[in-house]
Amino acid sequence: MDGAPLLDVADLHVRFHTRTGIVEAVRGLSFALGREKLGVVGESGSGKSMTGRAILGLVPPPGEVTASRLAFKGRDLRTLAGPELRALRGRHISMVLQDPKFSLNPVMRVGDQIAEAYRQHHRVNRRDAHARSIAMLEKVRIRDARRVYDLYPHEVSGGMGQRIMIAMMLIPEPDVIIADEPTSALDVTVQMQVLAILDDLVTERGMGLIFISHDLALVGSFCDRVLVMYGGRVMETLAARDLAHATHPYTRGLLSCLPQLDKPTAVLPTLTRDPSWMGS
Amino acid sequence: MSTRAWLLAPTPGSRLQSRLGQAYLRWLAFRTNPLACVGLAIVVLLLLAALLAPWIATHDPLAQSLGRRLLPPSAAHYFGTDALGRDIFSRVVHGARITLVVVLLVVVTVGPIGLLVGTTAGYAGGWIDTALMRVTDIFLAFPRLILALAFVAALGPGIENAVIAIAFTAWPPYARVARAEALVIRNADYIAAVRLQGASPVRIVLRHVMPLCVPSLIVRSTLDMAGIILTAAGLGFLGLGAQPPLPEWGAMIAAGREFIFDQWWVATAPGVAICVVALGFNLLGDGLRDVLDPKQGQ
Amino acid sequence: MSGTAHAIRVGGLDVRFGDIHAVRDTSFDVAAGESFGLVGESGSGKSTVLRALSGLNPDWTGGIEILGAPQGRRRSRGFHRAVQMVFQDPFGSLHPRHTVDRALAEPLAIHGIDDVEARIERVLAEVQLGPGFRFRYPHQLSGGQRQRVAIARALIVEPKILLLDEPTSALDVSIQAEVLNLLVELRRRRGLTYILVSHNLAVVGHMCERIAVMNAGRIVEEMTTEALRAGTPREAYTRQLLLASRGYDRAAAAQFRSFD
Repeated sequence: MDGAPLLDVADLHVRFHTRTGIVEAVRGLSFALGREKLGVVGESGSGKSMTGRAILGLVPPPGEVTASRLAFKGRDLRTLAGPELRALRGRHISMVLQDPKFSLNPVMRVGDQIAEAYRQHHRVNRRDAHARSIAMLEKVRIRDARRVYDLYPHEVSGGMGQRIMIAMMLIPEPDVIIADEPTSALDVTVQMQVLAILDDLVTERGMGLIFISHDLALVGSFCDRVLVMYGGRVMETLAARDLAHATHPYTRGLLSCLPQLDKPTAVLPTLTRDPSWMGS
Repeated sequence: MSTRAWLLAPTPGSRLQSRLGQAYLRWLAFRTNPLACVGLAIVVLLLLAALLAPWIATHDPLAQSLGRRLLPPSAAHYFGTDALGRDIFSRVVHGARITLVVVLLVVVTVGPIGLLVGTTAGYAGGWIDTALMRVTDIFLAFPRLILALAFVAALGPGIENAVIAIAFTAWPPYARVARAEALVIRNADYIAAVRLQGASPVRIVLRHVMPLCVPSLIVRSTLDMAGIILTAAGLGFLGLGAQPPLPEWGAMIAAGREFIFDQWWVATAPGVAICVVALGFNLLGDGLRDVLDPKQGQ
Repeated sequence: MSGTAHAIRVGGLDVRFGDIHAVRDTSFDVAAGESFGLVGESGSGKSTVLRALSGLNPDWTGGIEILGAPQGRRRSRGFHRAVQMVFQDPFGSLHPRHTVDRALAEPLAIHGIDDVEARIERVLAEVQLGPGFRFRYPHQLSGGQRQRVAIARALIVEPKILLLDEPTSALDVSIQAEVLNLLVELRRRRGLTYILVSHNLAVVGHMCERIAVMNAGRIVEEMTTEALRAGTPREAYTRQLLLASRGYDRAAAAQFRSFD
């Protein structure tokens, strides 16, 4: 980490007003992101996805986002108006979602979508954008990039679709990438290949990556730092290599309830949730 | 324990309690939609008017009094009188009965036919689906009013024949809606599970597929009622539906046509009644769609 | 293989969907009381094998024998009492308009079993759901609770064989541990035979004694769980799967190739 953080978040809250009262999805989250791979881990309902959306201003309507600090490279994201925020999104901070099938336009060639993403933020002509897109497809290790450029989203496999998504999100050369379960829909071997691509690009370009996932073991082996969330709060933040020595009972519980090939047990330990984790 | 707490109990103690609890939750959701409540109020008013017509009406709807013909609205005749001196207010109130009977008869015949044809076609698939849907298409190809006219021409004018004619042309859209739903439902895991339990196709369609198609058919038929009322009124207007002296709204408008510039109230009162009731059913249908959609609550 | 009674025998199973050859010449046996795992990536044909076994997919050729009886396309009433299935998606496997009570009463009604009240209460207790859950609708239940109801629904007709199609892959890991423990306990208590289909090697290793690895419609390798644990699979495909399941490793990822 060098100098000022890319993202600086303090006391982030996401609330939803519903008929039955206020639901708090995120309750007072604080963290700083440098040029690193930060894993955000939690079970469903932990608020991990809402955290990613809140940073990009993508929380759906009844939701309300507040924070005492929410800054990208010193710029206050809370005060940005719609057009400024849109300019920032994609150009400087971009997001990779779980299923490429829902994020790609089904009636547009994938290559054109990548070129479009580039032209949105850079004043270049079509030919340059095309060349750039081909180069980007090669960067995410797609063989025969010229052929793939002309395919439609339904003609590509899940793993290739996710690589195309990554190409599309990385081509404007953002500083921060928020990846929400980017490989959960993929088979393990493809998952590893896609992660390797993401890993190389992030390291090579010195970007900051927020990797949101339910898979503690995967995050532990992929990221530099891990933030464990439960009930909208951070339970513990630790270096990924220290995950095996986690101190918080929730983290330890999550780790121990996974079946492991090398350590067979007759009965898996189950997690006992302590109400005090939600308190104060 | 209050009734409300009992209805909203997270752990219902009986089948009845859990069913009522669900209904109450739907009512709570319905209540938040003001337009739907207006629709419901109109439909309830229509029901009350039909039910209590003899007590609400101030005069006998059929009693003629040629000395009091074409009187403007007044305290004695709220909506005035028509060409034969009959009280229009009383005729409109009694007309609610006819309208309601037409609407109910059509829905009662059309709903089950559409549901049965649609779910059977959708669940069975293959040649059964093809055959049933081609038959549906044939019926769908007839313009409703034209077929109704042909029917009435063959069977003679009258309210019963109008109902048959409308029902005949109204069921195909219901079958299509039910089929579309059944096509999705039949691939669901809960249908696979009940097949694995050894349930017969008839049991699956009747007990598992149909109940899921009913809500959208209720919504569809509520929205359709406006159209049915208008068709019935249209036939009445053409002199092919209800026959005089029945106080059917469409026929009443037809009778008032001659005096529309001088005695405007004769045609206006039944016209407004048709408008308001059609609007009421539409608003109610929209509200029901939001609450009854089977995809709601997950 | 002689001596032990076979609960399931599959020989030369082939499944085609139009031009797609989903399962090719697949054979395996499962002894009574055994837990057998089918592992593979998406499109490997593992779920298709299960659907052919269950009778949900009638378009297969080859031989399927369940509890000594050869099976055709149509299954008998007895088959449906002996073989039940638990599905992957807890949100899709329960009828959205049926209470837990109705879901559990339905199989009893189909098979004409009486004593409904007592059976429902007993099976709910067995899957560790209290009587308070009996009259709830699926949308009032969490994913783990739904999966318990699905297991209860399968168990209420007292089957001998349970087909498990990724039963925990849609659940959080802490809930997964609870459901896996429940399945282990139920098998021990009732002497059930399991076929567990999963993409997760660790889950299959935890639940099964024997494992078949599938790829592109074929069984690539069949081995005991000990062999898998010892890390001595014969086939390169299995070794790669094993390596990938151990977490992210930049160097290992570089060597992955596709086996089609």
